[in-house]
Amino acid sequence: MIKIKDLHKSWKDFSLKNINLEVKNKEYLVILGPTGAGKTLLLEMIVGFHSPDSGEIWINGENVTDSPPEKRKVGFVYQDYMLFPHMTVKENVEFGLKMHGIPPAERKKATNDVLELTGLIPLRDRFPNTLSGGEQQKTALARALIIKPEVLLLDEPLSALDVNTQKKLQSELKRLHEELEITTVHVTHNQVEAFILADRLAVMKDGAIVQTGSPEQVFHKPRDDYVARFVGFENLFDGEVIENQKNVAKIDIGGVVIEAVTEKVGKCVVGVRPDDIIVSERLFKSSVRNTLKGAIMDFVDMDAFVSLIVSVDNSSFAALITKRSFLEMRLKKGSEVYLSFKASAVHVI
Amino acid sequence: MRGWWEETKVDKFSVLFLFLGLFLIALVCITLGNMFYKQIMDIPTFISVIKDPVVINAIWISISATTFSTLVAFFFGVPLAYFLARNDFWGKSIIEGILDIPMMIPHVVAGIALYAVFNRSGVIGAPLKTLGIIFQDDFPGVIVAMLFMSFPYVVNTAKEGFKTIDPRLENVARSLGASQWKAFLKITFPLAFPSIFNGMLQCWARGISEFSAILILAYFPRSAPILIYEWFTTFGLAVSRPISVLLILICLAIFALSRLPKWKRQ
Repeated sequence: MIKIKDLHKSWKDFSLKNINLEVKNKEYLVILGPTGAGKTLLLEMIVGFHSPDSGEIWINGENVTDSPPEKRKVGFVYQDYMLFPHMTVKENVEFGLKMHGIPPAERKKATNDVLELTGLIPLRDRFPNTLSGGEQQKTALARALIIKPEVLLLDEPLSALDVNTQKKLQSELKRLHEELEITTVHVTHNQVEAFILADRLAVMKDGAIVQTGSPEQVFHKPRDDYVARFVGFENLFDGEVIENQKNVAKIDIGGVVIEAVTEKVGKCVVGVRPDDIIVSERLFKSSVRNTLKGAIMDFVDMDAFVSLIVSVDNSSFAALITKRSFLEMRLKKGSEVYLSFKASAVHVI
Repeated sequence: MRGWWEETKVDKFSVLFLFLGLFLIALVCITLGNMFYKQIMDIPTFISVIKDPVVINAIWISISATTFSTLVAFFFGVPLAYFLARNDFWGKSIIEGILDIPMMIPHVVAGIALYAVFNRSGVIGAPLKTLGIIFQDDFPGVIVAMLFMSFPYVVNTAKEGFKTIDPRLENVARSLGASQWKAFLKITFPLAFPSIFNGMLQCWARGISEFSAILILAYFPRSAPILIYEWFTTFGLAVSRPISVLLILICLAIFALSRLPKWKRQ
């Protein structure tokens, strides 16, 4: 368990402000935030590469604020792997055991076990510069795991990898966490990665933690429009509630009026997730409260999905549909479509 | 068969620059070539000279003194280089400037300054004399003169080497249980070693070629450059040439040996 109390740190032209965070035993916590939010600095303080200006860090009931990194039993994995270039995969992995003075026979067995666990046996005698990014990151992971750390810290571990490798390693991380049950803090700016891996999420902004909670909580009930924008509401509008009857509100978002379930009155920010929008060629009768007519201005092809940009009066909406529907509906720029979404899918902040 | 001039695209610009550079290459080749050529024409003198105990002793003094001074430069210079590569602080550039002074000042001037401090009654010379270490006209004087003139090569090259090693490698090593000392020894030092070694090689070569500072501080015991100079002024070119050739051959051999592992790898 990690407990961070009132942590402050100024470093270069950057500062962490009043960080209070608890990571439960065996939990997988993901810290989500844009570049420059202070995520890496926070991780580097937990492992002890930097010491805080004030505040305390506790790991498993022990105050480690002033302990050097080698006494903390914290595994650390960098985005760019930081493998020792003059050592083979096996030597890299074995390094931690050597430093802990483990005798050779025991070392050999443990190294083999970890290499097996991470599927690195065939690569054991290769040097890091001959490995792919994914293989290097697995090696870095194995190297951190071998010391049986009480806490595992992952600093953007998937960001330098291509999409396919990212997906593979994502499930690898999930499997390893389920198998080994190590308390893990994973830092990323990738919302999907955060959503998939996290037991719990913490969102950081400008050196402070602005929201923590389960992925569902954070993604569906973002605390403010910063979090909302960051966790991926592409459709965010400034609006004004023009009528609110029994918590069903009509909100003007600049010419277009949409219905939402909210208690709010007056000015507000409205969010609709692109994947909550149904795209159709014809108007259809349903219980859906919001149906808007628009024209496709642009689209972005993303693997299995296509993201449409649809203009409705003066506003534009992003909507996510599968590639298959996109092809079946023969959509192109200028096509007229209807966008439908439930009143309950509209997030009013 | 196609010639190299067809395979390589050579433009006028490159040709001009190459020809300008050829001037320098020719300068080295003609000078040393002439010396070797003359010597090959006179093998018997060469053999008698290299058998001369005075010559062997002078060369031994040069080699042992420069090796010793290189090791001293390594022992004190590598920690300093690491410190400078890893830390930024006020006055750092002043320290770096001080370290570069020996490379900037005329060697005779350095010799005079060293003499003033290391002679039998100098600030450092006098107290160490009571311990039995004498610099003026003695072997330690040769070492000090070499060290003063050549240690910056170790410090500067090692510093550049350390700068290329990501400090986060040490961070990782420490998270894996290595102390600061172990992380340096197992990670940073081996990775920076090619640079450090390169600096030591430069330091060694610079030390063996030192003349002016040694001339003033420690004429005796005669090191090779001193002996060459003395024989040149007393007996002339024909007598001083064989020992010069021998010294060059030894330096080239040591240089080649030290590069051997690198060539093998390539």
